[in-house]
Amino acid sequence: MQAADTPQRSYETPVPSGMNAAGLRRDARLERLKLFGLSSPALLLVLVILVIPVGWLFYVSFIGANGQFSLENYERMITRKSYARIFVTTFQVSLLTTGLCILIGYPLAYFLSQLPSRLASLCLITVLLPFWTSLLVRTYAWLVLLQKRGLVNDWGISLGLWEEPIKMVHNMTGTLIGMVHIMLPFLILPLYSTMKSINRDYMNAAANLGASPRRAFWNVFFPLSTPGLFAGSLMVFILCLGFFVTPAVLGGGRVIMVSMQIVSNIELFVNWGAASALGVVLLVLTMAILWIASRFLRLDQIAGGGH
Amino acid sequence: MKRLTILTVAAGLLATTALAQEKRVTIASWGGSYQEAQSKALFQPAAANTGIEVKEESYGGMSDVRLQVSSGQVTLDIVASGSGSAARAAAEGLLEELDYSIIDVSDFYPGLYTDHCVGGDVFSTVYAWNTETYGADGPQSWADFWDVEKFPGSRAYRGTVAGALEPALMADGVAPEDVYDVLGSEEGIERALNKIRELRPHIAVFWTSGAQHAQLMKDGEVDMTTGWNGRFDNAAKDGAQVAYSFNQALLDYDCFAIPKGAPNKDTAMAFLAEISKPEYQDDLPTYITYGPTNKAAYETGVIDAEVAAGLPSSPENAALQLPVSLAWYAEWETTAAEMYQEMLTE
Repeated sequence: MQAADTPQRSYETPVPSGMNAAGLRRDARLERLKLFGLSSPALLLVLVILVIPVGWLFYVSFIGANGQFSLENYERMITRKSYARIFVTTFQVSLLTTGLCILIGYPLAYFLSQLPSRLASLCLITVLLPFWTSLLVRTYAWLVLLQKRGLVNDWGISLGLWEEPIKMVHNMTGTLIGMVHIMLPFLILPLYSTMKSINRDYMNAAANLGASPRRAFWNVFFPLSTPGLFAGSLMVFILCLGFFVTPAVLGGGRVIMVSMQIVSNIELFVNWGAASALGVVLLVLTMAILWIASRFLRLDQIAGGGH
Repeated sequence: MKRLTILTVAAGLLATTALAQEKRVTIASWGGSYQEAQSKALFQPAAANTGIEVKEESYGGMSDVRLQVSSGQVTLDIVASGSGSAARAAAEGLLEELDYSIIDVSDFYPGLYTDHCVGGDVFSTVYAWNTETYGADGPQSWADFWDVEKFPGSRAYRGTVAGALEPALMADGVAPEDVYDVLGSEEGIERALNKIRELRPHIAVFWTSGAQHAQLMKDGEVDMTTGWNGRFDNAAKDGAQVAYSFNQALLDYDCFAIPKGAPNKDTAMAFLAEISKPEYQDDLPTYITYGPTNKAAYETGVIDAEVAAGLPSSPENAALQLPVSLAWYAEWETTAAEMYQEMLTE
């Protein structure tokens, strides 16, 4: 950002001669080059560990069982209806998880943002705590809690809340519970930081002008918090698309997502292409969603950039 | 002088490498209690008796072999495999042909060895039930497994096609000996799938691993499931209320194969010959309830009558079961797996 600042600052004192302006432009170019030079190790790393493998993935997906160029891996996805259903399930699970995360996460983030900072950091640690526990352990913990003779059913029945064990796992319900729990921090963190940066004076001003708390919230606070909300939701949604462990364990084999089909294709077909093609389609769909999203919001906000 | 030293060292190195090459094999199996049993009953005693040094590894199955063979970097000499995946690997040309003039299979059960894989143990895909729900007299056939009026309760079923279609056809009234004939066409596979569709509302879980179906029974999550007999015995030992029957079960086996281009192929062949002998195989049931593939192992006196009666390959139990057809899996598994996936995602 410094590079862009330099020529701007120069206008503070008028620059008289063309020579000088050209010199400054040259300086700016040079500085940009230097910055590029500094970032090149990281760019190279991205190239080596991202661009090349993904390119390879595209290439392999067009190799058929006989080792020749072929579209069979893509044709299979069209002729076999199960693939379409698996993509529908994947998007369904991802959308529902994102929706539930918003419903639970927004009020929580709002509550946290209104707390005094010391208390808020303490609460944030409890939000972050699950991050430091193994994903697999948390998923199996849900299995233990939610199964037919699990803790939740045992307590519910002994307290007389319900009589027959409720099916809470090995289905969509269990998958969603597990995924929402794992995804929640990804929504809360960007949302919290956005809410924290909203100046409280705006709310006071709204109240001063006669707005009810409800109106002040919906007309002032909520619109200002939407960048964080979009950023968090998008992150949750995209992470959900590639999820494997949680649906595999809590879905009981009845919730089949793309990542799980990739694994079975590797085991089933004798070439990597069959699995690669699924990866390619998922990647392209994800990028399409990102592209559409980028038309409505600035993607750099996901990284916590400008509010 | 210096040169001489180098030459001596080099010669010594060559000699030891040559010796090592002759006398060493690397074996890969599935790890866990299964490999522990193999190690104690087969690998370690055979190594002690032959002087062949054994290095054990665990691996991820035939996809590892495929990777090693296709990249020309074969490090494994012997791999333990399911019979079906070994048959497919053999069809792909990933395995060496076994020399049955070295490995003596004259006392083996017919069908428990192929040109590329020699049987190591016999297991069954059975139906198991919760003895709290149904008592000791649970379902006695696949028809009973499907009968939700006589045996109300939730079921678990396999999430992949292997061993999933045969029970459905038997429940549909097909005689065990005709099962693979009927499955030899897409209509036959569809018939089996329709039978599973019928039971589907009562299938709470489609399991994907042996550990999973054992846990499901242990936790009482389902009342009945399909699965591998050894896992249920282990679960019962851990206090699970579970019993199973061999009637109409699927008799299957695990086998040992040599990857194409294995570095110590000849030693591997000799080692396979050794561990296929009855005096090793008769120890296996001491560690896991999987039976020997060599009939003569029942005659050494090590396997007592009580243990024998509980093994999948005991003559009485084997007679009740349908042996899994490798030929069918080699020809139809991919097609059937895709059709199974269609059914699962409906």
